[in-house]
Order: sequence, then C-alpha cells, then structure tokens
Amino acid sequence: MSATTPTDRLTVAPLTSVQATLLLVERNAITYRGAWKLFLTGFLEPVFYLFSIGIGVGALIESFTYHGQEVPYAEFVAPGMLAASAFNGALLDSCFNFFFKFKHQRLYDSVLATPMVTDDVARGEVIWGQLRGGSYSAAFLLVMLVMGYLSSWWALLALPAALLIGFAFSAAAMAWTTWFTSWQDFEKVTLVQVPLFLFSATFFPVTAYDGVLRWVVECTPLYRGVVLCRELCTGNVGVESAISVVYLLAMGGIGLAIVGRRLDRLLLT
Amino acid sequence: MISARGLRKAFGEFEAVRGIDLDVRRGEAFGFLGPNGAGKSSTMRMVAAVSPPTDGELRILGMDPAVDGPAIRGRIGVCPQADTLDSELNVRDNLVIYARYFGIGRAEARARADELLELVNLTEKAKAKVDDLSGGMKRRLTIARSLVNRPELLLLDEPTTGLDPQARHLLWDQLFRLKSSGVTLVITTHYMDEAEQLCDRLVVMDGGVIAAEGSPAALIAEHSSREVAEVRFGSADTAADAVNPHERYAEQLADLGDRVEVLPDRLLVYAADGDTVLEGVHARGLHPVATLVRRSTLEDVFLRLTGRTLVD
Amino acid sequence: MTSTDVPAGSGIPGGSPGGALGTLTALGRLSDYWVTASLRTWRGSVVSAFLSPIFYVLAMGVLLGGFIEGDPDRLEGAPTYLAFIVPGLVAAHAMQTAMAETSWPVFSNFKWNRVYDSMVATPLTVRQVALAHLVSVTVRITLICAVFVVVTAPFGVYATWWGPLLGLGVQALTGICFGSLMYGYSCRITTDAAFGVLFRLVVFPMFLFSGAFFPVANLGPVGERLAQLTPLWHGVHLSRMLCLDTVDGPVALLNLAVLLVVTAVGVRWAVTGLERRMAW
Repeated sequence: MSATTPTDRLTVAPLTSVQATLLLVERNAITYRGAWKLFLTGFLEPVFYLFSIGIGVGALIESFTYHGQEVPYAEFVAPGMLAASAFNGALLDSCFNFFFKFKHQRLYDSVLATPMVTDDVARGEVIWGQLRGGSYSAAFLLVMLVMGYLSSWWALLALPAALLIGFAFSAAAMAWTTWFTSWQDFEKVTLVQVPLFLFSATFFPVTAYDGVLRWVVECTPLYRGVVLCRELCTGNVGVESAISVVYLLAMGGIGLAIVGRRLDRLLLT
Repeated sequence: MISARGLRKAFGEFEAVRGIDLDVRRGEAFGFLGPNGAGKSSTMRMVAAVSPPTDGELRILGMDPAVDGPAIRGRIGVCPQADTLDSELNVRDNLVIYARYFGIGRAEARARADELLELVNLTEKAKAKVDDLSGGMKRRLTIARSLVNRPELLLLDEPTTGLDPQARHLLWDQLFRLKSSGVTLVITTHYMDEAEQLCDRLVVMDGGVIAAEGSPAALIAEHSSREVAEVRFGSADTAADAVNPHERYAEQLADLGDRVEVLPDRLLVYAADGDTVLEGVHARGLHPVATLVRRSTLEDVFLRLTGRTLVD
Repeated sequence: MTSTDVPAGSGIPGGSPGGALGTLTALGRLSDYWVTASLRTWRGSVVSAFLSPIFYVLAMGVLLGGFIEGDPDRLEGAPTYLAFIVPGLVAAHAMQTAMAETSWPVFSNFKWNRVYDSMVATPLTVRQVALAHLVSVTVRITLICAVFVVVTAPFGVYATWWGPLLGLGVQALTGICFGSLMYGYSCRITTDAAFGVLFRLVVFPMFLFSGAFFPVANLGPVGERLAQLTPLWHGVHLSRMLCLDTVDGPVALLNLAVLLVVTAVGVRWAVTGLERRMAW
C-alpha cells in the first residue's frame, strides 16, 4: 500500500496552546541559528550607552541626590539603560521584525493554514522577544554588578522587571503594528520611540521637569519602567513600584488581546 | 468531504461568494473554474477553515470550521495561490517546521521532510535558501509542504500557474498518483487542459455564483456543440471598412450551426458536425482564407458561460 | 531606407558620436531621478532626519545640560554644555544619516528594486550612477544639517555668524566621508545581515565615543588617542571649533586634511565597488 494511503494516516494529538506557542518560538530560534553575530552584538548597545553617557558625560556631573542619597551619575543612569534597552529591543522585535513577517513575508498566512491559531502566533512572538530581550537584560545586569552599580538585593528583581517592560512594549507595539500598511509607517515608531527613550528620566532625574510636564512624564510607560528598575537596583522599593508593575502588566495584557483580535480580523477573513 | 449549502462570503459591501451549494465526495478530484474575481479563492479559503463564512452552512470532513478549525486544518493540506514559504528558513527547514505546526514529532518531521524533498526532486536543494530557488522550485516546495501532514483533502489554488510545461506535467502525474492513493483533491485553475486532465467533476464560477456544474464531458455536451468550425475571411477588400467584415459574414452563416460567434479575426460556428458547416460555407459561394474543424473544449464552455470581456 | 540615414548621435542631446557621456551631463540626467524620488519620499524620513536630532539636543543639551556646570575649561572652550554638544551632534548625525542612506538603499538598488540595472541599461556608466547617488546623499545631508543649524541658532550656541556656515560645510563633508565608505561596503557584501552587525559594532560606538557627547579627554589618555583616530572625531572637532570660534589653525588643517583624504579614498572605494557589483 502506498505511503499516502489514508489508512496509515499520521495520528497526532491535537496541539495544546502551550505546545503551539512554543512551536513558533522554535521556528524563530531556527532562523536565528545563522544570525548569532547579530544576537551576540545586541546586548552591547546599552553597555555602549552606559560607558558613553554614564561615564563620559558623567565625568562632567558630580552626582545626583536620589531618595536622600548621593548617587554617582553612572549608577543613576545604569538602571535607566536597563529599562530603555528592554524597551528598544521590544520595539525592534515587535514593530520591524513583526511587520516583516506579517506583511512582507506573509509568514502567518501559512502558519494559520495549520492547526495553529492567532493567539498562538501572538503569544509565540512575544515570548520569543522576551527570551532574546531577557538574555540581554541579564547580561547587562552582570555588567552593572561587576561595575559595582547594584546596591541592594532587590536588584535580583530587576531582571523580571526588565522582562515586564519588554512584555508590555512588545504586546503594545505589536498591536499597533497590525495597523501599519507600509515601511513608511515606521517613521511613526521613531516619532514615539526617540522621545520616550530620551525624555523618560533615563538620563536625568524627573525633577528636570516642572508642573504639568512632570505629571505627564510620570504617566508614560517607559518612565514607569525606568523608575521601577532604578528603585529595584538602589533598593528604594515602595508603593510607586507596585503601581508601575500593575501599569505595565495591564498594558501588556491589553496589547496581547488586541493582537489576537486584529490578526483574526486581518488574516482570517 | 465537503458539503456547502447557501455559502456566502462578504467583505463589507462587496459580496465575493453569493450563495453556492457544493458536495465534494471522498477520493474525487473536484475543480473550480472561473475568471479572476469569480469567488474561487474566497471559497477555497473558507474550505481551508481560515475564513469564516458570512452565511450558509459549511461542513468539512463532517466538522464545522467555526468550531473545529484546528482539527480540520490538521487533516487537510493547502497549497495557496501565492507561495507563502518562510524565506528565513532553508528549504528543508521549511518542511520540518511546517510539520511541527501540525504537532508532528521532531524525528518524524525530519523523515517526512526528506521523503517529500525526494518526491518533488528538491533533495539537492535541501540546504538552499528559499529566495535562491526558481519559481518552479518554490511551487514544488509549496506543494510538498501541503503534503507534510498526509492530508485526506488537498486544496490547490492555481497549482501550476507560472510553471514551465515540464514541471506542469510532472505535477499532474504526482497529483494523479495522490488521487489514486485516495486523497481528495480540490483544484482551482485557469487552465482548461488542466481541468480536463485532472478533474472528475468541476464547477464554473462567475460573479460569486456557480454558473454550471458537472464532469468535463457533460459540461461540453450541455453548454457547447460537439464540434467547432473556425472560419477566417480575408480583409484586404474591406480595409477601409470600420466594421469587422466578419460581422457581415456571420449573418450569412447564422443558420449553418447552433450558434455563431464573431471574433476580430475569425468566426466560430458551433455545430454537431464541422465539415458540414464548411461545405455549407462553400456552397454559398464564400471563400474563406483559412478554415479549421475541431472538437469543442472546456475553453468554449468557459467563454460561453463567463464571456470574453476582461473582468478586472 | 538604410540605417546609415540616421546621423550618429542625433536625437540624443548632449550625446557625442562615440556614445560616451560627460560626467556632468550624466549627473544632470540622473538628477531628475534623485529629485523626483526624494520629493516623493522625504516625508517618510522627516522624523529620523530632522526631529530626532532636535530631540537629542533638548534631552541631552537642555535637560541633562541643566545639571552640568558651564565650565569652558572642561568643555573644550564651550560656555555651556548645550553649546558644546550641538556642533558635534550635527556632525555625528550627518555621519549616521549618510551611512543609513548608503546602506540598505544602495543594497536595494542592485538587489531588490534594481534601480541601478535600469540606469546602466542606458548610455550612463556605472561610475556616473555611483557618483550621482553620492551627490544626492551629500545634498540631502547638507539640507538636513542646514535645518538643524537654523533651528539651534536661537539657543545662542554659536559664537559668530560665519562659524556655523563653515561648520555646515564640515558637517556635510563628514557625512559624505562616511557615506562613501558605507557605499563601497554595501557594494561588496552578499547579504544585508552584514549591516546590522556593522551598525552595532562600528557606527553606533563611533557615534557615542567620538567626542560628540563629551570631551574625548574624559576617556583617559589611551581612549582619547583611539577616539582621535576616527575620522568622525575630526569632523566633530572641526565643526565645534568653527561654531565656538575657537579655531586652532594647525589642528583645524589636520582635521580638514583627514576628512578630505578619507572622502577621496571613500569615493574611489564606492565607485570601484559598484563597478564590481554591476559586473556580477
């Protein structure tokens, strides 16, 4: 009897959603086999910023008073870099790479012709981004440890905090990207990314702003991430830290729900 | 295998599929013919359980796609109109990863990939990048990919578009073999010879509805004559005439066949016996510069049912 | 009628009988393409070209600068950190923009949308096509830097009116210096993945460590010498001396000489690169 006779059909158990999600992660990992150089060099970006701004520019700044303690500038900037690099990595993955796969390569068209469903795609992409971003964050925390910038055991929680930032921005950015139609739309990403990166009290204390402006900055998501990392790395954890955690969790959850819905609407019509 | 009643698909205001009934039986090769925009691909996407019907009833392998989408997709194979290969993976990994999406174990996925590469003659290209393949090779890889889960039902949307004649014939052989092994095939195509070769039964779609249904032979018998006489008259004497001279001849020959069709360069006279038509033409003292008698084909049926004007 | 009825070169304005075109004529013809393409796509780069550097000036120069003491001795003669950072940042931005313009866009022109193929199918030569692209990048960079200079002028960061004008020339030169090097590199790689690593390991560190954000003296004696080896430092330094009116003659001449020599090498590298590439 021929190999393709229906009677010796492959018998496979239906995929659980965990399995399905991990399959997409597996697919992404395979594409990265040939791009290990790109993967390895990715974690250097925040390190370069730390040495340039933190140390080079830091030499021009004595120190900041932060929560009543004198903090050297580099030690002040480093947690901000940790948060900002999780943020930048999430946008890169979830806007550029996701758009490429979604619109250009039409990867999900073929994935969805199999038993996989859109939620598996959304979860798989976010988890993949987190694996990559999380390993960068861990490496950066090691650099901070070696440089003596970690002054509290709370810093152990800085890694999950960086993952949380990555998750929130991955999901939100991916949801936003589903509305993009051409590469020209990425100017909008730059328009959001650069100001958030520069003005979220990453490089200077939020006291640089007055009145309403300060209030606005304190409501932006990357600011929440930056102060959360700073609070953990310096051991100044409080109610504000909990607010940041809830804020970022909600942002990621809503983003992920939107991605699933939008993919349903766009790909399954 | 597939059963549809009053199946509709609307995209906002535009209704792509406007109520069709279908029954595809196990083991047969079923074809969709129709011009661009007739609703073939929309129907195929609904059958592939990736596009929810707007209205009507649809059962695939006895299941409802709205409820059992993943289960249905696990048992069918889809070869989409445009190759949606994963350009970031090499040729073999395209098959391995796709097999994994079906929940096939890693070792078995690899074995299956090698087996399929052999089937579509791409074994030497296993490590190549997808972007470096020729159009025909990509098409073969897409078809191999659609077989990765040993589907009971294989959906092929214009499988041979863009292939050279060798590759087309090779593919036809393979599809024929799949059919003999019990796989049900559903094919859309623009090529009438392909439909006649492969399909046991087919429907002609036009404007979102089914215009005709039956076996190729039955459709020809029903919608065309047995033979066609093609007659061309010289145009030198009427060069100044703005009207196609064949229009005038058509009136003179109207009673010779069941139907006469005027083309810019010739007349088609549909009749049971083409030679009798030609005798009639000469008997009326007309002298065509070229004549040809041939059997009616599906193409005649197609053009009869869907018209000669371009749709898009 | 025979083919000799057609006089050689007729119908092709500016075309000599031999078919060879003068470089200027060729650049004139290609300018139509670059102007049309730029007019159609400039909106797509307005944020990264114009707004991003202004965001940097506001965040680093104004906000972070508010925490930095304005001591000319520690800021290479600048009265404030803002005055220090602006001239260098423009030069560094010119480098980044030029390199972005000559990486993926060049690669795409022979690999994906194949604009170059259509250009060299006419009497234009490969050399002319490469030069025209480099000229168009130079024009773009000059415009971007000019807008930047105009926007930053009200902040009172320039010592004289002519300083920023000369500085503009230096910034454009810095841009094309790196643009031509990247152009040649783009022509010699086989996959665009090479860009990602180059930007991360070369372009980005150069942007951060070549004296745009802080005096290279802060890097320590070895770091300072290393930073001064990069052509970007020469561009940043010359641009800053001109804008702050602190020109040191011999150093300025050295800075200019380095930029000119590297640009000459770069243009040659770019032209031979495209010639090799189109011969594939």
